[in-house]
Amino acid sequence: MNGLRLFVNGVERRTEVRGGESLMTVLRERLSLPGSKNACEQGECGSCSVLIEGALLCSCLVLAEAARDRDVRTVESLAAGGELHPLQRAFVEAGAVQCGFCTPGLVVAAAALLRDNPEPTELEVREALSGNLCRCTGYGTILEAVRRAAREMYTR
Amino acid sequence: MEIARDLDDALSLAAELPEAELLAGGTDLMVEINFGRKRPDAVVAIDRVAELRHLARNGRVRMGAGVTYTMMLEGGHGSAAVWEAARTVGSPQIRNAGTLGGNLGTASPAGDLLPVLAALDATVLLRSAHAERGVAFRDFMTGPKRSVRQPCEIIVGAEWDDAGPAQTFMKVGTRNAMVISVAGLALVVDRARRRVGVGLGSCGPTILGAPEAERFAAGLFDEAGWERPSAPGEAARREFGGLVAGAARPIDDVRGTAAYRRHVVAVMADRAIARVGAIA
Repeated sequence: MNGLRLFVNGVERRTEVRGGESLMTVLRERLSLPGSKNACEQGECGSCSVLIEGALLCSCLVLAEAARDRDVRTVESLAAGGELHPLQRAFVEAGAVQCGFCTPGLVVAAAALLRDNPEPTELEVREALSGNLCRCTGYGTILEAVRRAAREMYTR
Repeated sequence: MEIARDLDDALSLAAELPEAELLAGGTDLMVEINFGRKRPDAVVAIDRVAELRHLARNGRVRMGAGVTYTMMLEGGHGSAAVWEAARTVGSPQIRNAGTLGGNLGTASPAGDLLPVLAALDATVLLRSAHAERGVAFRDFMTGPKRSVRQPCEIIVGAEWDDAGPAQTFMKVGTRNAMVISVAGLALVVDRARRRVGVGLGSCGPTILGAPEAERFAAGLFDEAGWERPSAPGEAARREFGGLVAGAARPIDDVRGTAAYRRHVVAVMADRAIARVGAIA
């Protein structure tokens, strides 16, 4: 076991990790942040998406020890002070959540999109979410949720 | 587990730990680790090596191994085919992680950038603690996931002639995102140097060229004039497609049959020469 320091959601965290452990495993099982989901472990599904130094990445493809001292933002960072993030609220209101397993990854990916591109076109939204699989919704309500959130966040 | 601070650090770690796996974006190595197919005793992370992220363009393009697909989409390299290939890779998450050096290091016949490097006649730059050498990309891959890279060497980048705008990459897959190519094709027409380059992916044990097809296409441009846009006729496009398909050495596998791959390579080559012929 080796010591590891990360800055997760703005907080310095220290933990012990085993060689070969992914950042996803460390977040879920050592740092009590189970929002990032474990599904495919090969970067196909996007359920474990996080921001590392601001870049959207699959945490299952990040070797935890290689993330030493990095700034990591998980889905848990989005709701501030008990208030849902506008994207989370839009997902609820648009009916974009069914089983909910893919939701955290989609919300993180959509947050990264709207940070960089406040007025994405339909195609840009589809492209930005192309690394996140949902087996329930058929994506229509998810696209609607992102449109709603973009309107609420940026058209005032 | 070592994190290299800079290139000198990475090279001395690679010399000390020749058995180490080099970790860049993690999109290949971490899948192997997560599924228990690899359990490396030593890993050297090279993703913080700033020198590997350089990109220079001055008649010749030199791209550092640490340049990600996302960075390739931001441009600066002037190669439309590199842009198009990067655009087909994975998803935003994968493009933010995966690198030129990783595509080369994994040396998969399905690596999306690799047909482009073949068509551009790129040189792969390898460095050890003692020496740097350039290897023509066509000599770099020796088989599926095998290359001439020595354990103490790090792929530091690739370079190629700025070949102008007449170039394209095409890929056939089962959907648009997150897809390993069934077949991929790059075509470069370097009008200034009067050179045609073809690269084929997922069509053999390594990335393949198509010398006969290249000679045939060069003949078409000799006739039509290299400096002008031209529209090769249907018969010429078909013949070019047939010659490219003839260079393929595909197999049947889970992603497609050999016969299908030959067919789509001919179709892509026909479309590619029509597209590229119109660009001058």
